[in-house]
Amino acid sequence: MSAFQGTAGDSGPDRLGHGGTAPGRLHGAEHAVGELMAKRIVVGYGFWIFLLSDIIMFSAFFASYAVLVGQTAGGPSGRDLFDLRNTGIETACLLLSSFTCGIASIGAQAHRGSWFYGAMAITFILGAGFIGLEAREFAGLAAQGAGPTRSAFLSAFFTLVGCHGLHVSGGLLWLLTMVAQVFAKGYRADILRRILCFSLFWHALDIIWVALFSMVYLMGAAA
Amino acid sequence: MLGKLTWDAIPFDQPIPLFAAAVVGIAIICVLAWVTLKGWMPYLWREWITSVDHKRIGIMYTLLALVMLLRGFADAIMMRSQQALAFRSDGYLPPEHYDQIFSAHGTLMIFFVAMPFMIGLMNFVMPLQLGIRDVAFPTLNSVSFWLTATGALLVNISLVVGEFARTGWLPFPPLSEITYSPGVGVDYYLWSLQISGVGTLLTGVNFVTTVLKIHAPGMTYMRMPMFCWTTLATNLLIVAAFPILTATLAMLILDRYLGFHFFTNEAGGNMMMFMNLIWAWGHPEVYILILPAFGIFSEVISTFSGKPLFGYRSMVMATMAICILSFTVWLHHFFTMGAGADVNALFGIASMIIAVPTGVKIFNWLFTMYGGRVAFSPSILWSIGFMVTFVIGGMTGVLLAVPPADFVLHNSLFLVAHFHNVIIGGVLFGAFAGYTYWFPKAFGFRLHEGLGKAAFWCWFIGFYLAFTPLYVLGLLGMTRRMQHYDVAEWRPWLLVAALGAAVILAGIILQIAQLAVSIRRRDALRDATGDPWNGRSLEWATPSPPPAFNFAVLPHVEGEDAYWIEKQHERREGKPGQEPAYAAIEMPRNSATGFICAFFATFMGFALIWHIWWMVFLAGLGAYATFVVFAWRDRVEDIIPAELVARIDRAYRQTRSEALARTQAAS
Repeated sequence: MSAFQGTAGDSGPDRLGHGGTAPGRLHGAEHAVGELMAKRIVVGYGFWIFLLSDIIMFSAFFASYAVLVGQTAGGPSGRDLFDLRNTGIETACLLLSSFTCGIASIGAQAHRGSWFYGAMAITFILGAGFIGLEAREFAGLAAQGAGPTRSAFLSAFFTLVGCHGLHVSGGLLWLLTMVAQVFAKGYRADILRRILCFSLFWHALDIIWVALFSMVYLMGAAA
Repeated sequence: MLGKLTWDAIPFDQPIPLFAAAVVGIAIICVLAWVTLKGWMPYLWREWITSVDHKRIGIMYTLLALVMLLRGFADAIMMRSQQALAFRSDGYLPPEHYDQIFSAHGTLMIFFVAMPFMIGLMNFVMPLQLGIRDVAFPTLNSVSFWLTATGALLVNISLVVGEFARTGWLPFPPLSEITYSPGVGVDYYLWSLQISGVGTLLTGVNFVTTVLKIHAPGMTYMRMPMFCWTTLATNLLIVAAFPILTATLAMLILDRYLGFHFFTNEAGGNMMMFMNLIWAWGHPEVYILILPAFGIFSEVISTFSGKPLFGYRSMVMATMAICILSFTVWLHHFFTMGAGADVNALFGIASMIIAVPTGVKIFNWLFTMYGGRVAFSPSILWSIGFMVTFVIGGMTGVLLAVPPADFVLHNSLFLVAHFHNVIIGGVLFGAFAGYTYWFPKAFGFRLHEGLGKAAFWCWFIGFYLAFTPLYVLGLLGMTRRMQHYDVAEWRPWLLVAALGAAVILAGIILQIAQLAVSIRRRDALRDATGDPWNGRSLEWATPSPPPAFNFAVLPHVEGEDAYWIEKQHERREGKPGQEPAYAAIEMPRNSATGFICAFFATFMGFALIWHIWWMVFLAGLGAYATFVVFAWRDRVEDIIPAELVARIDRAYRQTRSEALARTQAAS
């Protein structure tokens, strides 16, 4: 038997992204739905790797915050500035939006427009609410002379929290684009994969926010 | 309207950059005119610029690296000649220009020569070795390439419009802060690296996913060729390290643009935090560069010794050990920070430990050659030259890892000699070995062997002439980056170093000649069988150059050295295996997304450097629109009909059976 016997028609994970309909050889029955399923796995996997790299970028900002948190240069510290009520509402908005994002992806899987659009709309409103609250907090801090140029501590604070805020804003733009795409094209396989990536992204932002909330706000207000 | 950009940005009073820019500008115009007159533009656009084929993208990466090597080497020649002349005089380069030259040299060589060269080779080879048709995300791959090209373009624009950084290849604050570097030089550095860094990160994501998730049937992890393992390790490092660079440069950008205080002298900023962060990326970065080279040497040495790689499993272990250890040594770049004896000792020992897995590799290569019938082609000359040179560089590295010794040698030319010893002797020799080794696979003909050998010897001898004196100079107390000096005993060594640079120049000229001669004599150097070196891994199991789909039917892997096993089968049976059943193949469609996205990224980078805010906004909008258009497309794949696949593969099988008959008749 030659080692290079034909494998045409076989479509193991190697043929991912290249169409084909036969179930994969290596994955056997598990891939009864064929390529679609496998491509979903590869895209999700790749996106996870990307999210890990994003988390590493945040860890650099966290580290710089930890180094600079005491460097207030005679200006205000976290204890003087942080309003836990406002951040509490922000946290609630973001965590709830993750829940609605989950509902939206289930709705998309089931091709149920009312669930998908409804839950995405709520996700957007909650996310926009979060951004609005954060912007108000930032504007308030700047107004009382505690802007990012005041001290190294505030530079690190604004960068860390602002980077998360930028991610959420980018996510909102993504959400709108994606919903418009579902509206225009329907629940196509590649769009469903994008919805999968979006919900991974949105949940990862939650994880980062939980770390942010505890390490920056809770510890800062208590210190 | 145009932010900080005025006519003053163009250095009319400095003849050297203006002349260099004019030469480059005329060369670009000539090439464009030639291509347009010949009517090749549509072909280039269709087949290369918009291509998402990993082989084409790999070749373009390598081409970018070779062109940038010429630019980076021009800087090197200028530095060597300046130091040869500037004894008790100012030489011919004023200090502000000299500072830009050494900064540009380091930046270009690391980010736009070594990186694209290695990523190009990985791009071209890794999917072929895994026996698959493309990487996991082909369009993303094209985006990565074009963003890297954008970064290179911005660095080169700084030659004519404005200036480049004068802060070294890593912009250490507070010197790089707006107070001390008010010009646009550092901004050119920051934005070109941010943009190309995005490209590199996306490559990392793409390749990690490919190596871990997509294989030919039977290609288990422990059957992957060594180059695939080092590709995996390198890209894991990219994913884990490049975000730190992005964050660090973002902090410096915020300091410079918005008056933040991360690394400033005032308001609690901490410049040593920059050192820690940049080297937490920077040390893994050197392994990002060297690990693929280790993979190339493993392939070359095993092929040209006619033996399987000795100690494959220990090689895998050593690679992954280096991958992890590389994150534990960053502090050895600034022992002089004063972290204390305990911390320095810890990082010193960690640095020395890395020599252990590297030593394992050296012995594995030696034992691979031992008892083999070594064919001394240029590829293996580069490999042997590497082993000798790299061991010396490794030993000086272990010496520098001893904190007391480092206190003496820190910032001296000894350090410059050390890292050129490992980067030229390791990374660049590896890149050249891979370039010679895989060239016939990419273009269907071999490179001229005699000129290749001559080029190797020029590089090898030139390297020792240029850098051994720098070790001596370091021990004589000469610090790096000196525009002029007045110590008489340094002079002879600097003259020898300049001579070495001239010998390397001869090597580069020979390499250009090799390429030109090989193209002219391509019919004589033709590789008909797709297997010019009697190779062992799957990239040789397909025609040269490979068809777009790589393999007519996917190979079925039965063990390590998959293609070697297949050839053994054939030799026993006297004919190639049975003709497979051909089927239509779906391949990803070409897409201009990468190119257009980089087009907007170039404008965005330029506008950010010169504070042209409306252009930043428009370019951002354009990039977003590009992605929306990409996401909106309906047809994402092209179908290659089964008849075409069969025709290509039958021709290939025909030449292979003829070659097989010839070898059998001969034996």
